[in-house]
Amino acid sequence: MNRVAWLRYFIVTGFIVFLEVLCRTGIIPATVMIPPTSMAAHLWALLASGRVTPDIIETIGNVIAAFLLSVTLGFALGAVIHSFPRLRRAIDPFLATYYALPFFAFYPLFIVLFGLGRPPIIAIGFLFGVVAMIIATLNGFDRIPRALLKTAAVYRMDPLSTALRIKLPSAAPYLFTGVKLAVAYSFIGVIAGEFIMSSSGLGYSIAYAFNNFDNKTMYALMLFVIVLVTAVNAFFYVWEQRLLARRGR
Amino acid sequence: MPVPVHAEMRGVTRIYPGTNGKAGVHALGPVDLTLRKGEFYSVIGPSGCGKSTLLDVLSGLSRPTAGEITFEDKPVDGRVPDGVGVVFQEDASFPWLNVEDNIAFGLRRAGVDSTEIRRRLDYALGLMGLRDFAKAYPAQLSGGMRQRVCIARTLVTQPRLILLDEPFGALDAQTRLIMGDELLKLWRETGATVLLITHALDEAAMLSDRIGIMSARPGRIIEEVETGWPADRDSRVASDNRFGTITSRLWAHLREESLKAIGQGAIK
Amino acid sequence: MRRAFDTILLVAVALVIWQAIHLLAPSALTSPLGTARRAAELLGTATFWPHVAETLKAFLYALILAFTGGLLLGLLLGLNKTGAKVADPILVSIYSLPKVTLYPVILLIFGLGMSAKVAFGTIHGIIPIAIFAMNSVRNLAPVYLKTARVLHLSKAETLRTVVIPAAIPEIVSGLRIGFSLTLLGVLIGEMFASQRGLGYMIMNAIGLHDVPTMMAVILMLAVFAVAANAVLLWLDQRLHRRIT
Repeated sequence: MNRVAWLRYFIVTGFIVFLEVLCRTGIIPATVMIPPTSMAAHLWALLASGRVTPDIIETIGNVIAAFLLSVTLGFALGAVIHSFPRLRRAIDPFLATYYALPFFAFYPLFIVLFGLGRPPIIAIGFLFGVVAMIIATLNGFDRIPRALLKTAAVYRMDPLSTALRIKLPSAAPYLFTGVKLAVAYSFIGVIAGEFIMSSSGLGYSIAYAFNNFDNKTMYALMLFVIVLVTAVNAFFYVWEQRLLARRGR
Repeated sequence: MPVPVHAEMRGVTRIYPGTNGKAGVHALGPVDLTLRKGEFYSVIGPSGCGKSTLLDVLSGLSRPTAGEITFEDKPVDGRVPDGVGVVFQEDASFPWLNVEDNIAFGLRRAGVDSTEIRRRLDYALGLMGLRDFAKAYPAQLSGGMRQRVCIARTLVTQPRLILLDEPFGALDAQTRLIMGDELLKLWRETGATVLLITHALDEAAMLSDRIGIMSARPGRIIEEVETGWPADRDSRVASDNRFGTITSRLWAHLREESLKAIGQGAIK
Repeated sequence: MRRAFDTILLVAVALVIWQAIHLLAPSALTSPLGTARRAAELLGTATFWPHVAETLKAFLYALILAFTGGLLLGLLLGLNKTGAKVADPILVSIYSLPKVTLYPVILLIFGLGMSAKVAFGTIHGIIPIAIFAMNSVRNLAPVYLKTARVLHLSKAETLRTVVIPAAIPEIVSGLRIGFSLTLLGVLIGEMFASQRGLGYMIMNAIGLHDVPTMMAVILMLAVFAVAANAVLLWLDQRLHRRIT
């Protein structure tokens, strides 16, 4: 393992040790934070007891649903928008400012449209991720080198073959960047939504534990979310790097 | 009467240390090179032979692993000496400044007074044909014009030794020929010593007093060719009888080294 | 000209869809007209403005902290090659985390109130600004630094006259994103950890099932966010045009 990776592990571990020391010596009181090792221990106990399993399953289910919707609809919409340059030009400013909007505020609207429970949460996760996918799709299609399209024309390929055999592979690295972002944003949308306005799922459980001064459960679940999200994002990041490296970028 | 030595490299080697357990790269040397004052010297060699490294080390931008470099009888060691100018392969014009401000940049930082700056600026703009573009921004100019800006920026510092690293690499063949003539004009007017790094045989043969041929990596100077051209030459020396002889001599050596370089995978 | 027309057309289509949903589910969504009317009403109400002031104050504090902190962190890391390599994945991981999971910690540290809101806003904005600032310096064309050395510039001069001007377009892109995210952070903070501010107004309206007020506040926030972002986007594009 190279020097940079060592430094990174050192810094992260050092930070955790630092927190551990501050908590154990009481500099950080137990009412504010519990030591990282206690968080891990309590998480282990929680997982073993199975108490938190339904929430985990629910949240992961929400994230997967939001993610799949974001990626498929985002790609489809991106492809459509790309084929109509006029539409593209009109929509561009909105895409650029999309993430400036506080769309958590639209949550009540979703409750009325989809009812209480999971659908509005999935809708928020979807809203968060879909535009990243659209932008990545547009980007990917933009960057297909003209020479490749001309090659397709020389081979007299029909539009569908061109799309599947030339456009899609060429744009794939950028599309994958969109997928990576969609995963991250789906997590953010779902967990934030559950936290603020839901009655089940991991986000809600964290809020519930907080409101009941149950620091042990709260920190255990927070640790779980951090580890889960970091692991999933890291997985997609490494995959993306492999794809990009193959293209010599 | 022997012409004084302006700069010299003796036994210069540059080895890039390996990282993360990978072996180091012996990029250059040992190189022995003597530049006579006021001459136009070109270095040609196959891709990856270390031509740019040679320039980095000679100019003081990078330290050699072994050997000595002197400029005007003083050692060059990790710092660019006063009186040396460098024109790089990539476009080094600053996009946030217009042409004038780009050219005057070095002088302003050095605290040269404004009348002198104005005078040198006018001279450079005229010599490089940039007068009409003085207020334009590099983004609005072609590649060739941007390189002219970089050359002008070097010019105004009144260097006694000008190093150029494949400055015309990104330009089309015809623009290169024109820029070559302009470089010769510059050389004559300033009286500076010029070292040009290029991979184009005809460019080296057409422009230089002497040409040094570098081997494949690790690059060493394996042969030097004297052209004997008069000082008031331009690209039309290409039609001279001797031009063919010179380029054949260059290619005779270079071909073998280029094949070696291809074998090394130097060409990406 | 055609561009403006197309955009107006798009806005018109969006309004039509809005009105259609309102007609389908009148209690869920106020009509565009109704929302505008309620917004105008609120603007005239005395009790509305203290909420605006509260949000604005928190937002401004958070923005200053996020901007300066992010720039400092990003520039320092960018100038140090190893530092940047080490920090890059760490920063990106933190960026991808649902910051919501850190909210309880913030509340436990700062308690309810202004400082918690400012903290929320800051943690949302500081990371992307740092990432962009770091990359702006990292991606500096090496030939610029070589040029500075040939022209005998000191380290400080190089930083001031070459590195910073070259990095500015990328830094501004980061500031633009940081601006929106900081606002989002402050609003979310207000939504569940405050008794004042526009975020609180929205949550309160949801609780009272006062849809017109909820939508009016959201509309005004959206207009503000879009307008501010448009200005920053214009600036961003103008700076980048100089480069390409």
